[in-house]
Amino acid sequence: MVEVAERIVEEQIRIDSANLVLLKGGSGKPLLILHDELGFPGWMGWNDTLAASREQVIPLQPGFGRSERIEWLRDYRDLAVHYARLVRQLGGPIDVIGFSAGAYIAAEMAVIDPSLFNKMVLVGPLGVRPTKGQIFDFLAVTVRTHVAATVSKQDAPEFTQIYGGKMDSDQFLLFEFARAETSRLGWEPFMFDPALPHLLAGVPNETLIIRGTDDIICPEGCVDVYARSLTNATVSVIEGVGHRPEIEAPETFVSLVQNFLK
Amino acid sequence: MLIGYFTEQPYRGVTEEQVLRHGSYFGISNRNFDAKLGSDLYNEYLDEYVYAEKLGFDALCLNEHHGNPFCMSACLNITAAMLATRTEKAKLVMIGNPLPAHRNPLRVAEEIAQIDLVSRGRVVAGWVRGSGPEQFFNNANPAYNREMFEEAHDFIVQAWTRPGPWRYEGKHFHYRHVNPWVLPYQKPIPPTFIPGVLSMETIEWAAQHNYPYLGLGTSLAPTAELWEKYADLVADRGFQAGPENFAYLGMVSVGDTEEEAVELARNFLFAHGNRLFARAEHTLPAGFNSENAIRRMSTQVSGAWLGLNREKIMGEDLGKKDLTAEDVEKAHREIDVALENMRKNYQIIAGTAEQVKERIETILRVARPGAFVFMNIQGDVSGDRRRKNMRLIAEDVIPHMRKVAEELDLTSQYDVRPGSRMLAPGETRQQVCFPEYLKAREAA
Repeated sequence: MVEVAERIVEEQIRIDSANLVLLKGGSGKPLLILHDELGFPGWMGWNDTLAASREQVIPLQPGFGRSERIEWLRDYRDLAVHYARLVRQLGGPIDVIGFSAGAYIAAEMAVIDPSLFNKMVLVGPLGVRPTKGQIFDFLAVTVRTHVAATVSKQDAPEFTQIYGGKMDSDQFLLFEFARAETSRLGWEPFMFDPALPHLLAGVPNETLIIRGTDDIICPEGCVDVYARSLTNATVSVIEGVGHRPEIEAPETFVSLVQNFLK
Repeated sequence: MLIGYFTEQPYRGVTEEQVLRHGSYFGISNRNFDAKLGSDLYNEYLDEYVYAEKLGFDALCLNEHHGNPFCMSACLNITAAMLATRTEKAKLVMIGNPLPAHRNPLRVAEEIAQIDLVSRGRVVAGWVRGSGPEQFFNNANPAYNREMFEEAHDFIVQAWTRPGPWRYEGKHFHYRHVNPWVLPYQKPIPPTFIPGVLSMETIEWAAQHNYPYLGLGTSLAPTAELWEKYADLVADRGFQAGPENFAYLGMVSVGDTEEEAVELARNFLFAHGNRLFARAEHTLPAGFNSENAIRRMSTQVSGAWLGLNREKIMGEDLGKKDLTAEDVEKAHREIDVALENMRKNYQIIAGTAEQVKERIETILRVARPGAFVFMNIQGDVSGDRRRKNMRLIAEDVIPHMRKVAEELDLTSQYDVRPGSRMLAPGETRQQVCFPEYLKAREAA
């Protein structure tokens, strides 16, 4: 992981009876960041760029090794309701960026209460049954294969920096905690909610959907469903990158996000 | 002592190269399945079990796996039902029903009760969590595996013992009308075995329920060590564990000469045997093992659990599309080494009848199990040779075992009910295994 402890502050917030670890970095209008199914990868270049204008608030998902596991969470809808309380405790409507399963959580939160968010950015969003293809079954491969499948360019500088080298036991354990919790919430049906497309029709929020053309985790068919279901969504496709455009094409990614969140 | 016969019922139509190329038995495409061969083999294995009863084995032990040529038995309750009508006195030992994979414990309760009734009380109902691939195959959420196992077990015991109808609202299972009309022949519930490969959590759970623990081809020394821990746990609850609490499964090959037996035993490791049962990603799906078990595995430098080690669980998926002759040769060299180690550890017992008698006597004197299960050969071995192995075991090995068992008073759960040896307040429990005998043998 990238060592940038001096740039971010760690806080604990209590929601109901559970402690949630929140990371905060940057200054300006708050921006909620929901990490993906592998857990928070570390503070990256795109975070740094946004930090000049936005305070990024990053909850570490319960059960992923840092925030305590919540026994009663059984699916992503449960987690979304839990996170909705977080947003209310933080003071109300907020912009959000969700990555992969994090985008799924954001979408579930929006259907519960669209007023939780101002604008939404969904990156490689899981959560819906794709019209074509299937969501990559990352629980049927080893964690190393899973991580490798998230990018089309394994030599992308930040990917090498974050995931390169030998996997140590601590990182392996964090991945395993993340995958176990993802299995608890998303095993069946795998990483989608059959009701979500219908419910998204009631979400008026301005939404930007970003997908890499070489994304093998989130098929194009997922983006199609989101684009069709949401009433106010635009899709931006980044050529030649996989499931992690923020790592593989950070400048393009940040530019898209900044323009959209203006 | 209860002496059992067991076979994985291997599908004998895949080659070692196919398994090595795929990186595991699990997941080889079923386009390689030949229905005619499958039909012949199923009937042959059923006949083998009937033959085992005729040879004097007390118990016919059955298991199941899914989507796997390593073990053709996909539904042990069906095999048990067929054997219930084809045999007369042998116990039908289920080792065991993978409860989370079944996902319908009420149905399992009914099936086993039906078999117990037809067989007039010959069922031994064993329960397992099921291995990783069983979770994939049946889409049973691995992260809830232990929870589902325990809940399903508790539910089945209730379904058999609590007069219905009643309603059940659990965490993973829900029934609005629990009233199975057929109940087991044996009261209050059939005898039970808990098979395992030395997972401490399973040993703890078995001890908590006074269920006998069956070590599935486990090394003798660590088995004895963990059985003492089981005995500690039972003693904490006020009981003395006895031989009736323990069972040992050994892979046994008998030949007219040692060379013949060892050559035959090599088939236990056909395409690496258990080591390539499934790939790492299927053996250890996300959340399948406890946090502590994962922590142990991620830090241990050497050693393996079901063929998994630190390198594999942290590595990329296996499989070799371009398997070379060198790869096959390397695999064979590794198999030779593994065979030698497993013989040393008493997991595989191979030799002439005299040699096998001596090795098994050592197991009996060290681990003191009340039941011993003979596993027949894996791999592409002819039906005739499989039967010869069974006959040599039955005629030349088992009579000696029974004498030793009598001398050591190796009671099975049919002789003494597990958990019925009470300890007086303040009484210290007796040791249950005798590793000093093993050390003396090794020194000699």
